Amino acid sequence: MNTDDLVSMLARGVEPVDPKVIAKRFSLAILIGGVGALLVILLRFGVRPDLADVAATPIFWVKIAFPLSLMVGALLMVTRLARPGMSAGGGKLWVTLGVAAIWVGTLYGLAVAPADERVAMVLGTTWKVCAVSITLLSIPGFIAVFWALRGLAPTQPKLAGACGGLLASSLATLAYCLHCPEMAIPFWGIWYLLGMLVPTLVGAAMGTRWLRW
Amino acid sequence: MDRTTHNESLRRREISLQALFLSGLKGNQADYGSFLRELGTHLRGFLRARLQRQPDEIEDLLQEILLAVHNGRHTYQSDQPLTAWVFAIARYKLADFYRSRSRHDGLTDSIDDADELFAEPCLEPAQASRDLDKLLEELPDKQRLPIRHVKLDGLSVAQTAQLTGLSESAVKIGVHRGLKALAAMIRGKS
Repeated sequence: MNTDDLVSMLARGVEPVDPKVIAKRFSLAILIGGVGALLVILLRFGVRPDLADVAATPIFWVKIAFPLSLMVGALLMVTRLARPGMSAGGGKLWVTLGVAAIWVGTLYGLAVAPADERVAMVLGTTWKVCAVSITLLSIPGFIAVFWALRGLAPTQPKLAGACGGLLASSLATLAYCLHCPEMAIPFWGIWYLLGMLVPTLVGAAMGTRWLRW
Repeated sequence: MDRTTHNESLRRREISLQALFLSGLKGNQADYGSFLRELGTHLRGFLRARLQRQPDEIEDLLQEILLAVHNGRHTYQSDQPLTAWVFAIARYKLADFYRSRSRHDGLTDSIDDADELFAEPCLEPAQASRDLDKLLEELPDKQRLPIRHVKLDGLSVAQTAQLTGLSESAVKIGVHRGLKALAAMIRGKS
């Protein structure tokens, strides 16, 4: 087939394109990731019994704000990176600020705590399961986000994969906040961050393989 | 050439190509065909300058890029410069090409200037060494038949549905997935 024939073939009977297709794919991916993680929390982990009380305290919303800022940043970046010729854009700022804020809180919290309480603050009672739980809760969202990306055209697959992994894991962390009893900022600054980092790195590693087109 | 006139002509080309492309995205077949044809001549000129040592590969790579532009056309956002979008696709495919040939000289070759894309159009097509017709024949029926009837014979979706017994949405999906599968086959074979 020569190039003229190819062009004629591609143009013949061409269907109109839905201009909202990227928004739709990612909305669906977020819905699947969010509902998936929420179901696992409700059915397996269980919601923390004092959720109604704790939800009335500002510190609970600080806890929510951390994964939420990473989620917003990851979403802004990944929807841009799904298009050829787009940089990651302003989403980086949300991620950077979210991580910076939690680390300032972590260091401050540790600095003002009595020396013999610092280890307890960092480890809490659930440090062994936290990062693993977040990683496992990310799986539905991870699959859905990669499905969304595979229908698009990321030209920086490693970065797009990393942002996809972060989107899935920040969603999972939001759901995990309904279960997790830990309320010390240093705990979040280490274990939540680690839980979100693992899917992000897996996404970066898999991006080059799964997002080729 | 004077730099301002040069920039002015690039800008005009961007505007006219974008108008054709946007109209094509709304389903205007004639405008979309004009867009692809004109883009093809620019890409050929661009690739000819890039692949001086592999002239036999130019037409194959051009076809691969045009197919990628088509398969990815839903990722274009109308407020984005069309040149940047097309250039990113061409660069991605060119990098893939260099990688698969593992040409060290290619990897050091910088491809950063989107303006080069529209520098010198080239109207003479060369012979493609890869036969897309043959690859199309390898697709499963539910993709091959919709592509044959709609994209090659020019039948409507409704006529194709009647002829093949597929639903109209299955015909559209078959065309879409078939062209993506075609791109994947090209990638696997290069």
